[in-house]
Amino acid sequence: MNNTTSTLEGIISQEYQHGFETLVEADALPRGLSEDTVRVISAKKNEPEFLLEWRLSAYRRWLEMTPPEWASVHYPPIDYQDIIYYSAPKSQKDGPKSLDEVDPELLKTYEKLGIPLHERAILAGVAVDAVFDSVSVATTFKDKLAEKGIIFCSFSEAVQHHPELVRQYLGSVVPVQDNFYAALNSAVFSDGSFVYIPPGVRCPMELSTYFRINAKNTGQFERTLIIADRDAYVSYLEGCTAPMRDENQLHAAVVELVALENAQIKYSTVQNWYPGDKEGRGGIYNFVTKRGDCRGAHSKISWTQVETGSAITWKYPSVILRGDHSVGEFYSVALTNHRQQADTGTKMIHMGKNTRSTVVSKGISAGYGHQAYRGLVRIARAASGARNYTQCDSLLLGDKCAAHTFPYIEVKNASAKVEHEASTSRIGEDQLFFCRQRGLSAEDAVSMIVNGFCKEVFKELPMEFAVEAQKLLGVSLEGSVG
Amino acid sequence: MLIIKDLHASVGDKPILNGINLEIKAGEIHAIMGPNGSGKSTLSNVLAGRENATVTSGSVLYQGKDLLALAIEERARQGIFLAFQYPVEIPGVGNVYLLKAALNAQRKHRGLPELDALDFLALVKDKMKLMEMNESMLYRSVNEGFSGGEKKRNEILQMAVLEPKLAILDETDSGLDIDALKIVANGVNSLRAEDRAMILVTHYQRLLDYIKPDFVHVLVGGKIVRSGGPELAHELEKQGYAWISDEGTGVAEVQPKS
Ligand SMILES: Nc1ncnc2c1ncn2[C@@H]1O[C@H](COP(=O)(O)OP(=O)(O)OP(=O)(O)O)[C@@H](O)[C@H]1O
Ligand SMILES: [Mg+2]
Repeated sequence: MNNTTSTLEGIISQEYQHGFETLVEADALPRGLSEDTVRVISAKKNEPEFLLEWRLSAYRRWLEMTPPEWASVHYPPIDYQDIIYYSAPKSQKDGPKSLDEVDPELLKTYEKLGIPLHERAILAGVAVDAVFDSVSVATTFKDKLAEKGIIFCSFSEAVQHHPELVRQYLGSVVPVQDNFYAALNSAVFSDGSFVYIPPGVRCPMELSTYFRINAKNTGQFERTLIIADRDAYVSYLEGCTAPMRDENQLHAAVVELVALENAQIKYSTVQNWYPGDKEGRGGIYNFVTKRGDCRGAHSKISWTQVETGSAITWKYPSVILRGDHSVGEFYSVALTNHRQQADTGTKMIHMGKNTRSTVVSKGISAGYGHQAYRGLVRIARAASGARNYTQCDSLLLGDKCAAHTFPYIEVKNASAKVEHEASTSRIGEDQLFFCRQRGLSAEDAVSMIVNGFCKEVFKELPMEFAVEAQKLLGVSLEGSVG
Repeated sequence: MLIIKDLHASVGDKPILNGINLEIKAGEIHAIMGPNGSGKSTLSNVLAGRENATVTSGSVLYQGKDLLALAIEERARQGIFLAFQYPVEIPGVGNVYLLKAALNAQRKHRGLPELDALDFLALVKDKMKLMEMNESMLYRSVNEGFSGGEKKRNEILQMAVLEPKLAILDETDSGLDIDALKIVANGVNSLRAEDRAMILVTHYQRLLDYIKPDFVHVLVGGKIVRSGGPELAHELEKQGYAWISDEGTGVAEVQPKS
């Protein structure tokens, strides 16, 4: 074993060879993680003392933890000492120098998705002097939001300008020791989004990371915190349909949602990170912890996600139904093609009375794709009148792919009603023949049938997002028939 | 328009079509009758290009080209249409969406501009009137929850929208009530044209009362054992298929040796 793959003691005792001060000024930290790394990150961001302490406590917990092994995904062990935990934003030194160096398959995909030429280079991580059209748009939006008292900014800005809110809510949904990746994220998170909707305010537009200045390069350890105060409403969109290339293979984000009394949060994701080439080389590992807390009575949190990217996805957006009469929803489409692996699902934790949750999961496997739905429904003793409905459908294309369903149901209150429906089907030869007989190409036919299969989820997405998601599904499935 | 020569086809290693010969000219309507399991649907499917039956020998020329060399969708785009004996359901896909995608795929192939939503809706609504279908059907998933008769009407609606050159209707009359039968026949008759040919697969003379065929063929054991004019259908209705078999051209002779 060489000195970069370190033992536990090695990690703890490791110290930077260069002085602390020079590191704070450097553009990027050397590879490796230690208590000093955490201190340097915090210092670079000029963070208040409480946050540094919080990061350090997370780091110390992380040292005692091991990566989860129960998920049905397979990958070589990750060397956490071989990762750069901080580099200045917009540093693209390691990226491809021109589009010629980018995987041609990726470029083809951009073309099919109709992404404008000048954006293709940016998405592929090529160093370009880009002028974002979205910057001016974003500024107008910001003014409009400020009028209503809505805070929508990067996480770093929030730390500087609203430390009291950050302090109150950070880690209150996903505690630092929640799981291995969440602990790592808590220790070293780079940046992300922060949203606060004041009491009684209905956010007048869909909030999207796309419109947030400085949304690029939030790094591999993204941290998002969204708070909807009493009677507030917000719909938040994350991601974009274009496949994003990234030098960082490991992504471990944490998203926390807090809905107070009678508040509602709708969180929609389209995730299409680079899945690797056909053999699965170079794809992104996406190990995310997303959780919402229906803290107040009559609050509601909905997760809607379309996941087509990443080599490995490990993700269970969940809702803690703490408030009485609160509602949790999870609508998901996950697609795995080629060598992609996904272990996804949700957890609905019913604690309040008369809480309701709905889970609709649509899994599509093609090629050698491998996916598992893992869902937990827990009804606590006090949660009388709780109801859950779970529907979990898998669609297989071809005979090399696989789908598994792991439902976990724990009911401690006799008045609960829990329904679970699951189905697995193969795309019908008769359906394909029918569509082609009417003149559609095999690929368009598959795309149409698959989109039909996902309709219940797509209709939960904001309109434009839904249209893009449909197109995306078609493109992601290309080459999966024949 | 269509010349089928000594066509043999099997499903798995079971021979189903055993030497079909048939010539169809533009403007003609040919009825194909025959007992259950005689190979009528298989013939229809082979012409449309379905891959579950394998052509083992013979040839099919369509508009002078080798039809068997074309992919399913290429045949469709060149004007071949099959109305399914058992129409297929596609959950979540709107009827109108499928129709529009199909029509535009075909128009694109012919070098015509794609129709936009408005023009397309006008066209479809017009055709729906002809088929006396409720417009709400447009927005339901393809055939999902449709009654048997509604499904069949939907097939003819698709045909009316796509305006094929060679239409093969596989038992479109089965499962229709008397009124629906008239409506479907009307729809089909309105599509009769000099440059369009049709193959009607049916078990019943009744359909042929409404759609007058130019020729009637009897398929038994994967072979056309008798061809004639419309009067042949009347004889079949009276006497059944045994009459033909008894004449010595029947099943026993054409059954493949096992
Ligand atoms: N997938 C298959 N596997 C085995 N046999 C098949 C298959 N498909 C068709 N056959 C057989 O081929 C023969 C012809 O079937 P086909 O559907 O063409 O008959 P048909 O003339 O259309 O009958 P019907 O009047 O009942 O519709 C039947 O004996 C049928 O069982
Ligand atoms: Mg049949």
